[in-house]
Amino acid sequence: MGEIHEKYLRMDKMPHIWCAGCGNGIIMGAFITAIDRLGYDKDEVAAVSGIGCSGRITGYMDFNTIHTTHGRALAFATGIKLAKPRLKVFVFMGDGDAVAIGGNHLIHACRRNLDMTAVIFNNHIYGMTGGQFSPTTFKNKNATTAPYGTTDPDFDIAQLCIGAGATYVARGTSYHARLLTDLIVKGAEHPGFSVIEVITHCPVNFGRRNNFESPAQMLLWQKEHGVAARKAKTMPLEDMEGKFTIGELYRSTEIPEYLEEYGRVIQAANEEKKS
Amino acid sequence: MAEAKLLSGNDACVQGALAAGVRFFAGYPITPSTEIANAFARELPRRGGIFMQMEDEIASMGAIIGASCTGTKAVTATSGPGFSLMQENIGYAAIAEIPCVIINVMRYGPSTGLPTSPSQGDFMQTRWGSHGDRPVIVIAPYTAREAYRETGRAVNLSETYRVPVIVLMDEILGHLRERVEFRDEDLVQEISRKGPEPGKPFLPYENTEDGVPPFADFGTGYRYHITGLIHDETGFPTNNPVEVDTIMRRVNGKLDMHIRDIERTRFVDADDAEILIVAFGSVARSAHEVVRTLRNEGKAVGMVRPVTVWPFPDEDIRTAVAGKKAVIVPEMNLGQMVREVERVVAGAVPVHALNRIDGLLVTPHEIRDLVEDLL
Ligand SMILES: Cc1ncc(C[n+]2csc(CCOP(=O)(O)OP(=O)(O)O)c2C)c(N)n1
Repeated sequence: MGEIHEKYLRMDKMPHIWCAGCGNGIIMGAFITAIDRLGYDKDEVAAVSGIGCSGRITGYMDFNTIHTTHGRALAFATGIKLAKPRLKVFVFMGDGDAVAIGGNHLIHACRRNLDMTAVIFNNHIYGMTGGQFSPTTFKNKNATTAPYGTTDPDFDIAQLCIGAGATYVARGTSYHARLLTDLIVKGAEHPGFSVIEVITHCPVNFGRRNNFESPAQMLLWQKEHGVAARKAKTMPLEDMEGKFTIGELYRSTEIPEYLEEYGRVIQAANEEKKS
Repeated sequence: MAEAKLLSGNDACVQGALAAGVRFFAGYPITPSTEIANAFARELPRRGGIFMQMEDEIASMGAIIGASCTGTKAVTATSGPGFSLMQENIGYAAIAEIPCVIINVMRYGPSTGLPTSPSQGDFMQTRWGSHGDRPVIVIAPYTAREAYRETGRAVNLSETYRVPVIVLMDEILGHLRERVEFRDEDLVQEISRKGPEPGKPFLPYENTEDGVPPFADFGTGYRYHITGLIHDETGFPTNNPVEVDTIMRRVNGKLDMHIRDIERTRFVDADDAEILIVAFGSVARSAHEVVRTLRNEGKAVGMVRPVTVWPFPDEDIRTAVAGKKAVIVPEMNLGQMVREVERVVAGAVPVHALNRIDGLLVTPHEIRDLVEDLL
């Protein structure tokens, strides 16, 4: 692990800003392990992030990195990928980033199917701003903007992305770190838009307000509530109550990748020019 | 060159951008700028470029910044409501110093306003629309021919100074079609941002002598970090007051260092004029007409027309108004550029605003009446 850190992280930027016990470091570790396994040249990787605690990940990794505006990482990434398709583009977003302010960009990225990989850090809370509820906070939870408990229903990010047309959708957790690496590798290898939702823990802004005594307890919650997708299929529905599936949730190769389709546009335009 | 074409202002913008090497457009349809998107959709794929219709104007701005990170020259086009949505990312491009061009074909606002009517209501917004102090260059053509040439220049200035450049059109200018005779001086050059010097350590936000750091395109072997957080010379976030002060002064001051290259002001019979009209965009067409007819009648009227409207041409205006009897500033808004003129003139000469906000162009007739009153 140490070697991988040296190879892919900007060690001079350590220590990172994340709180002790935060899940973001685990996700970053899983990600660079995935890149190592994929064998990508660091010069050929573009890492794009939004704003939030999760958004800070790009500053710590030794690639072409850009920390954009809140919610808009996918828009920037779309420009990068289209203008230089050779680059391997990864997009990092928080839950507020991806499905509140950036929800519109997320569904359209899913629909277009441009070959990029989005990693969504779902800690069920707005971390950076100090614990306001997000579109993925469950009902009856406490947040600084929900002192009497949340009333809003929550989004299931993975299902949302499947519905919007993403061609590879998976869910991992910060507890199942090795699985997460596998999912990122598969997502990156998938020719099209891939989404990896990562259930992660925010002990300071979510856990503390919602009866979790320690980061370890939050990881345990993930272990107990994350059910392998394959296993979930065989379980009675009521046993899945309050739980969530993990692993590869959806994959399709029927929908063409965006730039492949765009190649047809270029061809048609050139034929018209000639005639 | 000497070639004649029938061109609309919007089409001329597209042709100028393409001539300057633009190969990426992202946008969202909005009247009266839509023809620009239509033309790019037709023209870019023929040149191996990318046309992208995004989900909104925020995304369009994000996409052109992203494309520009790879070294691709990128443009978007919009109008009022869309231009408002772009402001956060325009500020991002300014502080992250990523070249990009925004064509804003002004329509009547606020809000949905009068979608098909012209206006100059965004004059101040182009300069101050984002939060925080940020630099910007704004160029306002007044004919289709100039829209061609100035959009090309906008692309080149953006590349040269690593700054967002706004081409400020309006509905009249966008939609009018006129015969354009291109001459040699209309030839648009292709200028690209300067890259890192080989063999020298690369500092992405270096305090260079010319105020403009070199730009490394993504995917060329320089792995560095871009952020909208205030950053030091290495590109990483800082809140050290000395470093914060340094970058903010450099980024906001770099255009002043090259002001002669950026400014472009046109004078029509200004030297011996008693009354001077200061106008830009389509209103300057009316003003030009007034100067022509009144000069024929032997009346001493002239015009100063800022083509680069931001940074505001303080020196050109100050020199031009010296000793005049009065200055008139006609605008299709409630008085925006007139504030700049008043600031520069600083009481030396009386300044008269002439404002029209009924969705119609200020006519030569109205300007003429005021000139004659003042003569
Ligand atoms: C346009 C805009 N609105 C609001 C903010 C303030 N803001 C910064 S981060 C954030 C939310 C962070 O939550 P999330 O996206 O879930 O990421 P996390 O910090 O939990 O990783 C907000 C609201 C902002 N930076 N920009």
